[in-house]
Amino acid sequence: MATLSPSSFTKNFNSSIDFPITSFQTFAIFGPKLKTEQTHFRLSTSFNVRTGSPLELKAMKEPPGLTQKLDKNRLDRLAESENGCDLFEDLKHRFLRFKKHKFEENLGHFQNLAEGQAPKFMIIACADSRVCPSVILGFQPGEAFMVRNVANLVPPFESGPSETNAALEFAVNSLKVENILVIGHSRCGGIRALMSMQDEVDSSSFIRSWVIVGKNARLNTKSAASHLGFDQQCRHCEKESVDHSLLNLLTYPWIEQKVAKGELSVHGGYYDFVDCTFEKWTLDYKGSNFGKNSRLPVKNRFYWC
Amino acid sequence: MGSLEEAIEGLKKFLSDKDDAAVAKIKKLITGLQERDPNEFDPVKRILEGFQHFKINKFDKHPKLYDKLAEGQWPKFLVFACSDSRVCPSHILDFQPGEAFMVRNIANMVPAFDKLKYSGVGAAIEYAVSVLEVQNILVIGHSRCGGIKRLMTHPEDNSAPFDFIDEWVKIGLPAKVKVQAEFGDLPLEDQCKHCEKQSVKLSLCNLETYPYVQMGLANKKLRLMGGYYDFVHGKFELLEFEPHFHHLFST
Repeated sequence: MATLSPSSFTKNFNSSIDFPITSFQTFAIFGPKLKTEQTHFRLSTSFNVRTGSPLELKAMKEPPGLTQKLDKNRLDRLAESENGCDLFEDLKHRFLRFKKHKFEENLGHFQNLAEGQAPKFMIIACADSRVCPSVILGFQPGEAFMVRNVANLVPPFESGPSETNAALEFAVNSLKVENILVIGHSRCGGIRALMSMQDEVDSSSFIRSWVIVGKNARLNTKSAASHLGFDQQCRHCEKESVDHSLLNLLTYPWIEQKVAKGELSVHGGYYDFVDCTFEKWTLDYKGSNFGKNSRLPVKNRFYWC
Repeated sequence: MGSLEEAIEGLKKFLSDKDDAAVAKIKKLITGLQERDPNEFDPVKRILEGFQHFKINKFDKHPKLYDKLAEGQWPKFLVFACSDSRVCPSHILDFQPGEAFMVRNIANMVPAFDKLKYSGVGAAIEYAVSVLEVQNILVIGHSRCGGIKRLMTHPEDNSAPFDFIDEWVKIGLPAKVKVQAEFGDLPLEDQCKHCEKQSVKLSLCNLETYPYVQMGLANKKLRLMGGYYDFVHGKFELLEFEPHFHHLFST
């Protein structure tokens, strides 16, 4: 398939693209398409609410019975939205609910947070829509610096710069978090892709290029669990991969130093959303006994159900 | 701290009727518990309480939903948000389990297609668009972003380099150049704010360099949106990005 080169987008990008923050000009979301030759942005809805100021809804009128709609089971709301108007309205109302029930009710706390963050956790979790740590572990604003990628993988230091280790550098060296928690989960599509990979390299897929970071976990799984069915092997690999990510964390000198000094704790976790259970374990670092090829020494293993 | 006192009282009850070895162990446990600073942060306790709250108040209360989610996910959104602890979209936009496939990285950046350098982001986009078939991609920037501030100030401030952070935020250089050209006379804080927004637009443009995104846009199955969360003033802005199409040829 044709791939447009980045240079054509540079050209478009350098043309004047406004991000109007003071202009509340809106365009009809439905109706005749806007005829333009230029890449453009349009302001769909601006929900800019200060306490006491009127709500500015220009895209469409509020539907009657809005209060009743807000009371409906909001888990079904997006499923009901078939058109873009509802989608934007829905996002707007979600933000306004957050603003009313969390932001304004804890204004002092949010004002403090606006000045700076001091989270005690850095979390590395999967991008899977079912496993957000803010939901499953109840992290509130300010508590957890969070990286989410496919299969919650941590590449080793020697693999060079990546988005995951940029975040590690910031969290550990700048924010000085005290805990890193890598959370794996059940039925992970990324791990399944890793376990399904044929040995020959398929260069056409991004997914394969990324999940190969977990290749040692796959190797260990194949040797330890080859007698199990594929689903059980994947489950084994999901946990094995967390352990390997913990080992990879220690390949970063500034992480190992802090762990050795007791300033930083490294934990693994596993969320099973089939049974709703959570396992957690902590890396037991004892310097000279630590080797890359040895089993990961752990302590304080908990299983909550 | 009621539970701590209860635990200690419970252990004390055992002291009277156990053998010496057990008594010694129990005494050691009691001492350990008594020496605990009630104000000391306990990460394990924090995680456990959070999980228990989720299980009791969400998972157990919506069995049909969670049974369905155990079988698969059908999120309508792919979201890119910053790793900043203050801006989780599950809070500010109330995304529930199953609704949003979520990538979080420093400064919520989407680099242009590059299989060697940026396989992590590419994998997330490929999975979300080709496998999960999300209908919307939303990139959310935010106020007082540390990553954007780093982009705007380094290396001009002569600070020591951060090997990985600096390499990553370089993705936003075109946004920095544009902001400095247009708003270079403004104070740094204002320039950063402009760059936070310009970087979202840059990321949306970069999304277009991924073949699966191009196909989704061409087939009108995908929408691209940019958001900006201002946690200083409690505001949220949303924009839709509509790229134009090159008509290449007809046969």
